Amino acid sequence: MRKFFEDVIADEISFSFKYNVAGQTLRNAGKAASELKNVLKNLGICPPLLRRIGVATYEAEINLASYTQGGEIRAQVEKWGVTVEAVDSGPGIPDIEKAMQPGFSTAPDWVRELGFGAGMGLVNIQKCSDEMELRSTVPDGTHLTMRFYYTT
Amino acid sequence: MNLNTLAKEFGLTIKAGAGSLGREVTGGYASDLLSDVLAHADEGSVWVTLHIHQNVVAVASHKDLAGVILVQGRQPDADTVAKAEEEKIPLLVTDLPAFELIGRLYKAGIRGTQAA
Repeated sequence: MRKFFEDVIADEISFSFKYNVAGQTLRNAGKAASELKNVLKNLGICPPLLRRIGVATYEAEINLASYTQGGEIRAQVEKWGVTVEAVDSGPGIPDIEKAMQPGFSTAPDWVRELGFGAGMGLVNIQKCSDEMELRSTVPDGTHLTMRFYYTT
Repeated sequence: MNLNTLAKEFGLTIKAGAGSLGREVTGGYASDLLSDVLAHADEGSVWVTLHIHQNVVAVASHKDLAGVILVQGRQPDADTVAKAEEEKIPLLVTDLPAFELIGRLYKAGIRGTQAA
């Protein structure tokens, strides 16, 4: 048993965090990923893992901001690792296999002008995470799950 | 080599993050695709780009880059400067175009990422 905070003592502990991400604008995109990264840093997650989680979450946040009407980033910090989910309520991805192909993109011009939308995001998310699961239904929305394991 | 030295050597104008110029620059990356930088830049690198919007700072911060050099005298947006100060990311400007600046950085010993 260890002491997690001054006045929180338990055999095990887990944390949940939720961040809202606005859609159709990249103005504040990255805020959720930055805040999550800060909080994970404070929880003692080591820098290499922190960077992987930060980059993957940032990519997912950029996707929410670029392609959806907005959504949520949810993170669950457990004893074994961290799960980060990006959830939105549409429009959904018609062909996931195609979306996963490097270079494939449906990004609108305003996204491309800012240097995003090159069809690299999902590929990079897969590279950064230990496990990735992408489920989508048109027009209901997309649910991306990324898992990161602690290495000792 | 750190950004302070590079700024003096190549006449770079410091726009933000003046307090973090002492960090060692361990490499360089050049790209105007933010997704590319996210995927391939190494931590500690200096990033050369022509983008001036605030997403540049978010990318630099998430990749733990040493700093960003904006080329062709392009001035960063006000909110880009504010965000860079907040995130302590050095933001510098050169009047040179990217190819010229990168050539000089390389000559000064800054090397790029070796493999994708």
